[in-house]
Amino acid sequence: MTDTIKLKYIVSPDDFTRAGEASSDVKGKLKKMGIPPEIVRKVAIAMYEGEINMVIHANGGTIDVEITPSEITMVLADTGPGIKDIEQAMQEGFSTAPDNVRSLGFGAGMGLPNMKKYSDEMDIQTQIGVGTTVTMKVYIK
Amino acid sequence: MTVNDIKNYLEATVLCGEELLSHEVHTACGCDMMSDVLAFVKDQSVLLTGLCNPQVIRTAEMMDIVCVVFVRGKVPDQSVIELACERGIVLLSSKMGMFKACGILYEKGLRGGVNS
Repeated sequence: MTDTIKLKYIVSPDDFTRAGEASSDVKGKLKKMGIPPEIVRKVAIAMYEGEINMVIHANGGTIDVEITPSEITMVLADTGPGIKDIEQAMQEGFSTAPDNVRSLGFGAGMGLPNMKKYSDEMDIQTQIGVGTTVTMKVYIK
Repeated sequence: MTVNDIKNYLEATVLCGEELLSHEVHTACGCDMMSDVLAFVKDQSVLLTGLCNPQVIRTAEMMDIVCVVFVRGKVPDQSVIELACERGIVLLSSKMGMFKACGILYEKGLRGGVNS
């Protein structure tokens, strides 16, 4: 694989049952490209947590994925409420998710920590009332 | 331990993936919080859960989990079962509660994975 592959997904708001479809699609494509399974899994988990976050907190958004021979970059952009305190949001167990989300198995305060854990680089740009853009990179080599 | 062993130990019924029962399982996780499941990575795991929504299957898919056991006799919607079929994940349903089901598998030698 020498070319750069670009993928774009739209994450629909408030549709919890469909959350994860984009991550699932990326996972399938990476597998087919012959990317090592542990790398594929890191990308899938990091992106899936991001996708869930967009549905829970931000009315959906867009995900751009770029695959090069050396790394996979995911840019998750939303126009949601923004993150008030990034340091606090990065702590395991801290969550602002509503109770109904917890009954669905999320909102444990592990989303951002998991995204950081499974990506090799992560950057968060956020502005209250404007939105949040999370960029994550997973290295292939 | 194979998925078929788990089915027998937990007196479970197979909801989908009958053809995959010979798959090996190395570790287990009993959890209703999917984010906690996602924090734990191990190859060839079984997930025991009381949660029945499509995100259980999505989580299993992302984690390469080979089998999901629904405890307390729960059975998810047909759409959830179909999603698991498409993804090649075995679904079992056991009448046992979470504690008992986990205890039996532990006694039979299955262990939890460690956070990597």
